[in-house]
Amino acid sequence: MAGFQPGERLPEQTFRITRADLVRYAGAALDFNPIHWSDRIATKVGLPGVISHGMLTMGLASRAVCAWVGRPDAIVDYSVRFTRPVVVPDDEDGTEIAVSATVKSVEEDGSALLDITATCGEERILAQARATVRPPR
Amino acid sequence: MPLSQSFVGRAYPPTRPYEVGREKIREFATAIGATDPAYHDLEAARALGHPDLVAPPTFPILFTWAAGYRLIEDPELGLDFGRVVHGDQRFSYQRPVYAGDNLICLVVVEEIMSRGGHDFLTTRTDVVTPEGEPVLSGWTKLVARGGE
Repeated sequence: MAGFQPGERLPEQTFRITRADLVRYAGAALDFNPIHWSDRIATKVGLPGVISHGMLTMGLASRAVCAWVGRPDAIVDYSVRFTRPVVVPDDEDGTEIAVSATVKSVEEDGSALLDITATCGEERILAQARATVRPPR
Repeated sequence: MPLSQSFVGRAYPPTRPYEVGREKIREFATAIGATDPAYHDLEAARALGHPDLVAPPTFPILFTWAAGYRLIEDPELGLDFGRVVHGDQRFSYQRPVYAGDNLICLVVVEEIMSRGGHDFLTTRTDVVTPEGEPVLSGWTKLVARGGE
């Protein structure tokens, strides 16, 4: 795989999140906060309904990064700010998030800094999302 | 009432080592839909030069979150954790996490800030092996939303 070019736009990847995904993630990550599975409790704390785990969003975006670089150990530094909750309706389709990125800079050894954009519908769900990645293999 | 600045710099005792299991890596990878063979298949991971299964990048939240939560639950801090949301997260890796690693978390309170009626609290967790090899650092910023 050829290296990244500064300014290069990396192709958008989409990820579907359903209630079943939230349950699976809760168990795997041992995060049992009820705002991720109970509409009753989510609405009680002022949310529109059950929301995704921020760390699930960060995990899905990390998949996009690893796919762009083409290696499972692509990431050497990774940071995000969670700006908006991702509401996941209780139906078959759930919701969808889209992740894209721009190559901010490339080092001599081929490692690169990526500026990541993640959206759900029209809303940006991450801000200041960046990954420093190893050179593509 | 704003959180006490006296917590800045406070360090918590090292955690009991978290033993990274192959099945936990597979389970976590499956939960985020990560199908890369290096997360699931030992031979595939070794063929890429890794000593064991590779953990996905956000896997360390499994132990860094729990390590940092001791602060949230510290009655001295007086944080109402019903108001707490996850604001920012960062990981910086010296190397990937592998199955078979035993990982100890060293938590320190890096920053406490109040703005617009909200409290912001950043912890830094250095993750090391029992031999003292640094593996990664994680930063978690929690936001305690102010009352209406």
